[in-house]
Amino acid sequence: MIDKAMIGYEMEPSVLPIERSRLRFFAKAVGETNPVYTDEAAARAAGYPDLPAPPTFLFAAELDSGAMDRLLDKLQIPLSKLLHGEQSFTYHRPACVGDTVTVRSRIEDIYDKKNGALEFVIKTARVTNQHDELVAEMRSVLVCRH
Amino acid sequence: MSAPTFDSVQLGDELPPLQLPTVDRTMLALFGGASGDHNAVHIDIDFARRAGMPDVFAQGMLGMAWLGRLLTQWAPQSSLRSFDVRFQGITHLGHRMVCSGKVVEKLHHEGVPCVRIEIQATNQYGQIKTAGEALVALS
Repeated sequence: MIDKAMIGYEMEPSVLPIERSRLRFFAKAVGETNPVYTDEAAARAAGYPDLPAPPTFLFAAELDSGAMDRLLDKLQIPLSKLLHGEQSFTYHRPACVGDTVTVRSRIEDIYDKKNGALEFVIKTARVTNQHDELVAEMRSVLVCRH
Repeated sequence: MSAPTFDSVQLGDELPPLQLPTVDRTMLALFGGASGDHNAVHIDIDFARRAGMPDVFAQGMLGMAWLGRLLTQWAPQSSLRSFDVRFQGITHLGHRMVCSGKVVEKLHHEGVPCVRIEIQATNQYGQIKTAGEALVALS
């Protein structure tokens, strides 16, 4: 069983610089065809200072930093038992190439269903930029199947 | 296509669907690298089998990224207020996913005219793998 004492746990911040080559790689990986995500001129014409990070990109911050791996270790959830149950984003302002975002997450809740066969971890995050402005909020439901 | 406006959009309007190529191993490897999700269950069949799966399978966030494309090809990303999904089933190799969306509500959110879009990613067998909703501000 996941230790419910982890409710309220605050993860270390994850810092993610928004980089051009990474956004182009992400665009390729998801088959993006909208030039706003790969062509600076198209991005500027759409009102962005540079290429914008696409809607789900911010999820990378805690994967890149290793914070997610360390959290799963702490929760004692092996990768082979992990499922992603739900994911939410609330957006406040864009993050573009040249910005650096910081993600700060907290474990909101831990509970189980089916007599412990499934355990759920609710994690919420605030994403801020280098000006300390709120960029987005994220909420994840992680599921450990036994 | 011109950007949708609050007045022009009607309940029940469907977003132009997004047909994705058949899920293959290259796609999963590329997304693993690009997204930072290096979980071997999506890229290494040996690891996937030891985890009790018949083969590698798609990252949930790949399905969500495709739904993001559905939304941002309809309205600019700067108008996206929120985006929520439930991962309802595993997307396997060989699946051909279609992302679709429908306007289900017109509302004012914090004083801003918005529409609520119901979204889903469905495979060629009609199984919904990812479903959720988005709130999009329209002028």
